[in-house]
Amino acid sequence: MQFFIEVLVGGLLAGVMYSLVALGFVLIYKASGVFNFAQGALVLFAALTFVSIEKMGVPFWIALAITLGIMVLMGVAIERIVLRRLVNQPPISLFMATIGLSFFIEGLAQTVWGTEVHGLDLGIADEPFDVMGVFISKFDLFAATLSGVLVAALALFFQKTKLGRALRAVADDHQAALSVGIPLKHIWAIVWAVAGFVALVAGMLWGSRLGVQFALTLVVLKALPVLILGGFTSVPGAIVGGLIVGAGEKLAEVYLGPFIGGGIENWFPYMLALLFLLVRPEGLFGERHIERV
Amino acid sequence: MNPNRKIGDVILKVENISMSFGGVKALTNISLDVREHEVCAIIGPNGAGKSSMLNVINGVYHPQEGRIIYKGHASQSMHAHEAARHGIARTFQNIALFKGMSVLDNIMTGRNLKMHTNFLQQALYWGATQREEIRHRRKVEEIIDFLQIENIRKTPVGRLPYGLQKRVELGRALAAEPTLLLLDEPMAGMNVEEKQDMCRFILDVNDEFGTTIVLIEHDMGVVMDISDRVIVLDYGKKIGDGSPEEVRANPDVIAAYLGTSH
Amino acid sequence: MIYREAGQFKINYQSDSAILPILQDRLFMFGLLALAFIVIPVVGSNYFLAGILTPFLILALAALGLNILTGYAGQLSLGSAAFMAVGAFATYNFMIRIPGIPLLLALLLGGVMAALVGVLFGLPSLRIKGFYLAVATLAAQFFIEWALTKFGWFTNYSSSGVISAPEMQVFGIAIDTAAKKYLFTLAIVAVLTLAAKNLVRSAMGRSWMAVRDMDVAAEVIGIPILKTKLLAFAISSFYCGIAGALWAFVLLGTVDPQAFDLHRSFQVLFMIIVGGVGSILGSYLGAAFIVLLPIVLNLVGQLFHGAVSTQFLSNLEMMLFGGLIIFFLIVEPHGLARLWQIAKEKLRMWPFPH
Repeated sequence: MQFFIEVLVGGLLAGVMYSLVALGFVLIYKASGVFNFAQGALVLFAALTFVSIEKMGVPFWIALAITLGIMVLMGVAIERIVLRRLVNQPPISLFMATIGLSFFIEGLAQTVWGTEVHGLDLGIADEPFDVMGVFISKFDLFAATLSGVLVAALALFFQKTKLGRALRAVADDHQAALSVGIPLKHIWAIVWAVAGFVALVAGMLWGSRLGVQFALTLVVLKALPVLILGGFTSVPGAIVGGLIVGAGEKLAEVYLGPFIGGGIENWFPYMLALLFLLVRPEGLFGERHIERV
Repeated sequence: MNPNRKIGDVILKVENISMSFGGVKALTNISLDVREHEVCAIIGPNGAGKSSMLNVINGVYHPQEGRIIYKGHASQSMHAHEAARHGIARTFQNIALFKGMSVLDNIMTGRNLKMHTNFLQQALYWGATQREEIRHRRKVEEIIDFLQIENIRKTPVGRLPYGLQKRVELGRALAAEPTLLLLDEPMAGMNVEEKQDMCRFILDVNDEFGTTIVLIEHDMGVVMDISDRVIVLDYGKKIGDGSPEEVRANPDVIAAYLGTSH
Repeated sequence: MIYREAGQFKINYQSDSAILPILQDRLFMFGLLALAFIVIPVVGSNYFLAGILTPFLILALAALGLNILTGYAGQLSLGSAAFMAVGAFATYNFMIRIPGIPLLLALLLGGVMAALVGVLFGLPSLRIKGFYLAVATLAAQFFIEWALTKFGWFTNYSSSGVISAPEMQVFGIAIDTAAKKYLFTLAIVAVLTLAAKNLVRSAMGRSWMAVRDMDVAAEVIGIPILKTKLLAFAISSFYCGIAGALWAFVLLGTVDPQAFDLHRSFQVLFMIIVGGVGSILGSYLGAAFIVLLPIVLNLVGQLFHGAVSTQFLSNLEMMLFGGLIIFFLIVEPHGLARLWQIAKEKLRMWPFPH
């Protein structure tokens, strides 16, 4: 039983970190209706930039600030150079453009900063500590708490602030938002900047866990099932989805894995998402789409 | 209109249809009959449920209550493709053409229920499929001729002006050689000449092929002129049913359209 | 002047609906086929045949498959490489488990296996659309990759995990030289391209495009949505499966799941975006582009006499891929095929400007 709880807790904590990555997607989707496949590349870029700047001798917090600035600039640049020109195209084209973007950013990241694996030290050791007989990793707990705080803050932001409302309006209907005076381009720049910030946090957390390397972009592929389970437009959905995927993945690996040969972490979340899609396509918290003729 | 045209027995019976979406009740307890070979118009203010009525008849929407009996075949929730197989064709208010294909290809899709070669034969093309394609092409060209759209047959539909698109959509519906044709505002957005052309097409179809026609239309002149029967809907309920003259004099209809003073 | 259609009247529907109605196009195609089948195998170097043309043809086939599914039928798929893998492994298994089976039959059966798997993973398309469906195809990609690596049965329990493809021969002729492999591939790809072109211009193609453009309307006119979508998945996967088998047997000489990873799926998707979604010609143009790009980059890199590392070049390649995708989507969303069409239209007028 204790083992089960340990696995479960480990999974849940990993899940919160998935939520963090998923959050970047939700933000951009909510505000611009674009599914940003390049989020993973942004995570890698952010982590690489931070680590490289730090290696040059810059202190932790200054490096963080610089990287944040770079991510914001990058977000604005993406909006200006790519998205603005694709405004009238169908969502599939936008999606494919973000796939192209992800390749571009990955290539850029490695061209600029090199391809070696870097370690990222956040100063929190990965030691387990004992909570009522269950071992929890200190690092996991820190990551989960940080992610949770960020997600809660963003949820509040969307619901309660004027800017948040504007973002939701833009996601619903660009033209209508424009016609009530919402400055579309500013909004998008803000959204991508925030997504960049989320990518930075995710990059640092995941980077310290996995090492900052190309494989970070694969983490984003885990975020997709999270989004499907939670709904593409829901911030709380990203949390719940992340928890389900994180826990489900770990539990499946430990309990189902031995029967079918192990290594099922790669596809299990996707199968789960697939089943979900068949039953409830809009996710747990997503919006129902009714087609009128 | 051809005075020798014979109007037959009831071919479509709508019995106590009620339908709602979410909280909105679109149709409330509607019953009506349509006789074979007649031209029946459905009119009413915006939001009265006219399009929803057509959607229920050809299976795009499924009503919560009531049933449709078409040619003796009763069902509560027919699927759209079943309706097509039973010989019901329709056009849409917001033009549902396949924007990526040419006029010719769009109308050819209307023939798909009559094409029977399988995909392996089609991959080969030479032989059975080629003969079938040519046979159906001939039929489609007759429709193109009838609708006078020969010069645009290879144009991608997305590039055509609105009036021509509506004509192509009619062509696609006709290609199926339907027994019942549902037209949703076929003349919306057209000028006087285009409307006259459209009226002529509709009447010719009814005349030559005996197709039963149910149409939604806002232009009262057209409605009074070409219909045998008029059905009036308002807020999802039927408030009038009869010949054009009867409906025109009906006080409920007048109140719905013009409003009354309270 | 040269490309004048004037005077070429069609007197029956048959000639009007031909694949190449314009005489100049027919001559061009005839010349191209003669070049491909007769001249090139004789004069082409081994590198050219095995390193450029054969991969180009096989990838064009895969792109054709994906174009049928995504371009014509409108079902976005990110799992084409998985179906290629199924084709490769299925063909391999048929060949070693049924001794004496003719190569072409094994290839055909491999394609059919891929088609069946395609239908299975295409079932969700009945309920989900757009990039939700893309996620379902990603599930296929990951699951199949895992299954083929995990279960030893597929690799005939080979201890190293790498299996070499058996010797190939057709009607007693061994297919061992680069030229023979090229001709073998060319023949198969040519036949399948013709089949695809035929499918696309008959009722099947129209049904696919109808489902792509507006499936509600398609249902209303009686097109069976379920059957249409599943056939699209089946035929597309068949093409990808054959491409995968050819890739393994003709090109690599080994049957290796890593050749069919997510990167390959993206590569095929890029080919159809750049080449032209919903266009047979586009599949070829896109494949040519993707095959030639690294080579061109390499040549450019060599100009700098090794001052540029291969690592740098491969990153640059990635950036160029990404940049070009975006470029094409912004500037010409219909890809190279549309540019080709525009060029032909200009050619009609040439040398007169208007």
